[in-house]
Amino acid sequence: MNFIEARRLVHEYIRRDEEGNVESIQTALDHVDLDIEPGKFVAVLGHNGSGKSTFAKHLNVLLTPTEGTLWVDGKDAADEENLWEIRKNAGMVFQNPDNQIIASVVEEDVGFGPENIGVPTPEILKRVDQSLKSVGMSEYRTHSPNKLSGGQKQRVAIAGVMAMEPKCIVLDEPTAMLDPNGRREVLSAVQRLNEEKGVTIILITHYMEEVVDADQVFVMDQGKVVMEGTPREIFSQVETLKQYRLDVPQITLLADELRKAGLAVPKGILTRQELVDVLCRLY
Amino acid sequence: MLRDITIGQYYPADSVIHKLDPRTKLFATLLFVISLFTFRSWAGLALATVFLAVLIRLSKVPLRYMVKGLRAIVVILLITALFNLFLTPGKVLVEWWIFSISYEGLISAGKMTVRLIFLILGTSVVTLTTTPNALTDGLEKALRPLNAIRIPVHEVAMMMSIALRFIPILVEETDKIMKAQIARGADFESGNLIKKAKNMVPLLVPLFISAFRRANDLALAMEARCYHGGKGRTKMKPLQYRRRDAVVYGLVLVYFAGMIAVRILL
Repeated sequence: MNFIEARRLVHEYIRRDEEGNVESIQTALDHVDLDIEPGKFVAVLGHNGSGKSTFAKHLNVLLTPTEGTLWVDGKDAADEENLWEIRKNAGMVFQNPDNQIIASVVEEDVGFGPENIGVPTPEILKRVDQSLKSVGMSEYRTHSPNKLSGGQKQRVAIAGVMAMEPKCIVLDEPTAMLDPNGRREVLSAVQRLNEEKGVTIILITHYMEEVVDADQVFVMDQGKVVMEGTPREIFSQVETLKQYRLDVPQITLLADELRKAGLAVPKGILTRQELVDVLCRLY
Repeated sequence: MLRDITIGQYYPADSVIHKLDPRTKLFATLLFVISLFTFRSWAGLALATVFLAVLIRLSKVPLRYMVKGLRAIVVILLITALFNLFLTPGKVLVEWWIFSISYEGLISAGKMTVRLIFLILGTSVVTLTTTPNALTDGLEKALRPLNAIRIPVHEVAMMMSIALRFIPILVEETDKIMKAQIARGADFESGNLIKKAKNMVPLLVPLFISAFRRANDLALAMEARCYHGGKGRTKMKPLQYRRRDAVVYGLVLVYFAGMIAVRILL
């Protein structure tokens, strides 16, 4: 059973004027078919306006499908009764770290989710301990989030989601507002959760560098899933990616240019080490 | 000036006051404020000074940190002091043109200033030693009876705690917008009052827009974490009275009784 199953998923943003007449319809998701297996690290790539954030919000039932169906952990997202169960199992981390931390002390924020779903007090404390530890933020337990760096705040937000013990975490451009250091911090925390706790990770982003380690990559454009495969398969198609206004990682780009210049460099080079190895073998 | 507001800024330390139940602290503050404004004698003020000094000492918050919070109310202090100084009738000490300072005015200006300072210090002892969440938890629990007359106590408490959380963020943002607008030639300093107020528009509009955007984001984030009001919610740190709370209730009542005694006897 797949953790996420989307079948011909459509979402339309309908803008109405004052009398309630439809002014314009914008199709954000256009018949999306997508399967995600449990325990995987999946990345969804796309340029601004590609529908990737709209898709992310469906996974947490912050939006409901206009047409088509979406199953999250075997539950139909259109059914109101499943709402809280799905939100509990598919946690969500947003872009702006400041706007998703609700408490003034780190540990109280992490405890917010479990409090909402009615976890008994001693259990909450245990979960807060564990989830802060799992993102390496234990020593900041009693600090104010205002004094933390962006990457640290984002890790607190991830801990807040982890404390609800979800099976899956959806991260909607979690690094867009961070500096390179913060970005690394957040990504390695996410990767650790995926490897050690087996949490399914769905990373929505437009930074190609971040998806190199993913198990599976989906590329979206104008509400449709246009590419699907492993990072290597995706990144070997440099020209197609450019067409969807996505920037290929620098190393892949360099390898691609070298190949065009006549060197025997294979397609889909992802890391600096790989390129170095290939070049060393050539000479 | 905006940076000096210490309201809602928790100061982490390990002190008796920090460990007290927020309800105890709220009750103590209430009695302290009442006592400040009902007992006007010097002896009363002296007693309040002692009480406050002990509190600050126990809280382990550096005095300097608290006094910083006073800077924000300097203007209010000055205005009240001046009004009291010039407008209290009585035995005239100095007279110049239409202004006259009376002996009574001097006294009442002094007392008023002290009282206002004590008021701010006393309340900031509470806000500095209590996390905003504990504070609103305390309010929520203390005001729970109001649920019976359909006042959504939990929701109000939640709003307060979120407001407190966002004060420093919005202050920082105001600063940023101000600098951005100054860089584009906006002028927040010169002109008369009306002109100054008008000049605030390019500051307020972006600030409001961003605040609404933040509110929207936050609501989404809260919903995503299964927030659905106070129903069926558990607490990570449920409020529980301990021995020390009983002791403090006792001490505060003794203080209040002392105040009453001072008033009757002197």
